[in-house]
Amino acid sequence: MKAAVIVFPGSNCDRDLQVALERAGADVEMVWHKDTELPSGVDLVAVPGGFSFGDYLRCGAIAANSPICRSLVAHVERGGYALGICNGFQVLTETGLLPGALRRNANLKYICKPVALRVEACETDYLTDYTAGQEVTVPIAHHDGNYYVDDAKLAQLQGEGRIAFTYVDNPNGSVADIAGVVSKNRRVLGMMPHPERMAEPSHGGTDGKAMFDGLMSAMALA
Amino acid sequence: MKARVHVMLKNGVLDPQGEAVRHALGALGFDGVEGVRQGKVIELDLAAGTTEATVTEMCEKLLANTVIESYTIELV
Repeated sequence: MKAAVIVFPGSNCDRDLQVALERAGADVEMVWHKDTELPSGVDLVAVPGGFSFGDYLRCGAIAANSPICRSLVAHVERGGYALGICNGFQVLTETGLLPGALRRNANLKYICKPVALRVEACETDYLTDYTAGQEVTVPIAHHDGNYYVDDAKLAQLQGEGRIAFTYVDNPNGSVADIAGVVSKNRRVLGMMPHPERMAEPSHGGTDGKAMFDGLMSAMALA
Repeated sequence: MKARVHVMLKNGVLDPQGEAVRHALGALGFDGVEGVRQGKVIELDLAAGTTEATVTEMCEKLLANTVIESYTIELV
């Protein structure tokens, strides 16, 4: 399994994501935002957390229009996998690959703490090693994680089972407690919490590791 | 020529920053502020002959996120 982690100026979770993917068995290549092509044979493109381009204009907006993101969109349109965590989720919504948008947290504060998430009944390879209804603890670290979709889109996401994670105790005001959603073909996942920061015992927990392991085993079978 | 683009959160999208400003105004004793919406203004210096349609395209592609924001263009 070959993965690419995109690096923007201001990315700061790129290496954590690289390590988490490598420990799950992926070959990982780091890709600079000015590159126009993804490495050949890439199965998964991962967009890391951080503050790409200083969050100027809107979080993720400038990154979403960088040269590599045109290749990212083409990769997803070909049926490729893409994972966006935190700022990566914001980038994926800005590209239009995922629905909705991330607003300023309702309490206007930057929130950095472990939170309880509920794994929803969402059929996607990312959740292979979790069970629906399971509660996991994964950290969040964001100022703009307040997920928004309008009522019609929310009903669609719920109807299609595309909500992957919800917050047990909503920290940021997100519509319907949503912490992560998948694309229509279920191969693109965006989430605000950081599973790569809860992926080995020294992190204080390993609840995030199952996401990378489960994805790898599902992709090996695909 | 210049264009001034006003970007606002759409009606119905909660604006927590506007709400915080409203509370602060209330705390300063300004009664009767029933709502505050905070947006941003982007000024563009444009080459002569740039059309409003081009500015609209800029708004759609980058300057506004039309999932949550609306925009108006003022050519000045």
